[in-house]
Amino acid sequence: MLQAAQRSEKKTKGKKTAPHERYLEAYRWMLQTRVFEDKLASLYRGGLITGGVYVGRGQEAISAACGMFLQKGDIFAPLIRDQAGRSAFGEPLIDVARTYLGSRQGPMRGRDGNIHRGKPGQGQLAMISHLGAMISVTVGVLLAKKFKGETGFVGLTTIGEGGMQSGATHEGMNIAAVEQVPLVLVATNNHYAYSTPNDREFACTDLVDRAKGYGFEGYTVDGTDLAACLDVIGGAVKRARAGRPPQLVVASVLRLAGHGEHDDASYITDEIKREPFAQDCLKCAEKVIVDLNLADAETLKKWRDEAAAEVENAVATAQKEAAPEAGEEDWCAISMRHLVDQIP
Amino acid sequence: MSITYLEAIREAQAKLLRDDDRVFIYGQDVGGNFGGAFKATKGLAKEFPGRVLNAPISEDAMVGTAIGAALQGMRPIVEMQFADFSSIALNQILNNAGTHYWRTNIPIPITVRLPSGGTKGSGPFHSQSMESLYAHYPGLVVMTPATVEDAYTMLIEAVAIDDPVVYCEHKYLYYHLKADRLPTEGLPIGKARIAREGRDLTIVTYSAMLHESLTVAEEFANEGLEIEVVDLRTVKPLDTDTVLASVARTGRLLCVGESFPWGGATAEVIARVTAEGFHLLDAAPARINAKDTPIPYHPNLWSAHRPSAKTIAEKARNLLRE
Ligand SMILES: Cc1ncc(C[n+]2csc(CCOP(=O)(O)OP(=O)(O)O)c2C)c(N)n1
Repeated sequence: MLQAAQRSEKKTKGKKTAPHERYLEAYRWMLQTRVFEDKLASLYRGGLITGGVYVGRGQEAISAACGMFLQKGDIFAPLIRDQAGRSAFGEPLIDVARTYLGSRQGPMRGRDGNIHRGKPGQGQLAMISHLGAMISVTVGVLLAKKFKGETGFVGLTTIGEGGMQSGATHEGMNIAAVEQVPLVLVATNNHYAYSTPNDREFACTDLVDRAKGYGFEGYTVDGTDLAACLDVIGGAVKRARAGRPPQLVVASVLRLAGHGEHDDASYITDEIKREPFAQDCLKCAEKVIVDLNLADAETLKKWRDEAAAEVENAVATAQKEAAPEAGEEDWCAISMRHLVDQIP
Repeated sequence: MSITYLEAIREAQAKLLRDDDRVFIYGQDVGGNFGGAFKATKGLAKEFPGRVLNAPISEDAMVGTAIGAALQGMRPIVEMQFADFSSIALNQILNNAGTHYWRTNIPIPITVRLPSGGTKGSGPFHSQSMESLYAHYPGLVVMTPATVEDAYTMLIEAVAIDDPVVYCEHKYLYYHLKADRLPTEGLPIGKARIAREGRDLTIVTYSAMLHESLTVAEEFANEGLEIEVVDLRTVKPLDTDTVLASVARTGRLLCVGESFPWGGATAEVIARVTAEGFHLLDAAPARINAKDTPIPYHPNLWSAHRPSAKTIAEKARNLLRE
């Protein structure tokens, strides 16, 4: 695996990060995400979160790699299992805590919740639920940047194997290739869309084969292997940035949680849990770190403690903040106030 | 010189492209030498290279792309080939563009042009009027210009508005409506227009039905009955004040729209007038819409499906008898 990590360095020279440094940085985003999402899950179980909680357990390696190669001026359109990538891209934990806990100071001000958040002005688009819809929006942002003469930027968006079957995904991928925008689409096959297994989702041999049909370049990656994720996703970002056609990366993992925290996922079979792709990417990364002595036990513990402290801090801050007040809302869905329909 | 409603739409877009480099046009067959299924973008691709772009048959992705471009400060105009196909883009229009400002505080300045309404022989999938459907959802401005002048000035305004605008242009009016010249200024957006003054009955309408209603008003004038005709211009926002003021003068209200009858713009007007101006009414308000079936192909059926001067006149006569 270190070999893969070293390869990844060769292919992404721009950033000048030693392979194990990047690996460790990614690991720390993964770790922070795991600690944070465990906390969110426990708050949910304690009845302290209104609405759903959706975690990326098992997908942190893929997601961290999605965020880590993006720079200022790039676009990230994450979906529901992308906390690690969002954090690596620059989303502060407090934004997440505020959104889940309904603080009026959060980016969504209580108007939208949980994963439906973003700061489009800073390049992180605010997903809508409808799967596949954000692909063409990302294309539009990239197209406009092209119109404006900007260069060297990329956009990365994610999708599950379930969302990949929507018409919007098809239209979005096709239009990305027609417009030749620097898009990376990272599709994670976690083997279930909510409760539906792969054999009721699609009938092709491998989703990556679709790349050719759309005019994308396609790659697969083992989502449990952090070094491979950094290598393949980093490579895709680099190629898109260099003006290659849009890139599709299909990652394989098992979702190691319910669809949301309300879901006990009892439909996930024991058999599939024994598959190699069912390993926990975080544990795999830890094993690499220990086996190759990339960090000592003390450092690992320090990182864990730091992550816990950051999470506690974010949650405690958001919990102290005021909730939105209906009486203080202006209830206007358009920005031009003189055009608001005055409903008697 | 005379200019048609369709030419006004083309001229407005030419002006927008000329005056504002944030504007581009995205739609099926709008580019090249073709200039769109109805020629609303004729010659524009040549005059403005790289800014009038053919899109694949992907209405959802066309609007999604426009939303993304708007986030980058552009002012895209999306041409739907027919309003009917905007059903494929409902998700992006309603759930993405329509919610974005509310959710993130960042408005989405896109204009979606819908060639709307019936013409003979167009059938169920090339004839629809969808303004009521769009008006139902929060976050959108819905324009329904009925005159050459409004077609021109309102499209220019649509692009200037920071929020998403659904601009419903009527296909029947494309060639049938002519004006001597293009205006330099129009009424403010959101303001209805008294298209004809009267004292006996108010007809509230918009888009192509304005002209059917005006025909009826002329006919009644020969009998000494004066119908006031209010052209809403935008169904959202809806200018309730102008409507109420008219009903205060006439005491009678008939609403005419071309979209399907369940709910919609006409029902909304009646609901507002009965709630806010019940005391102004001398008779129960009435409305006419298309029939509650898909839109028929054959002219014999089609002309009976939608409101016409004849059916409007019948309703008006009944209302005046009460
Ligand atoms: C168009 C659409 N239909 C249905 C849903 C409801 N839904 C939310 S997540 C989900 C499963 C998604 O599966 P997948 O895309 O594989 O992603 P995963 O949850 O496994 O990460 C469904 C059905 C939705 N969000 N969008």
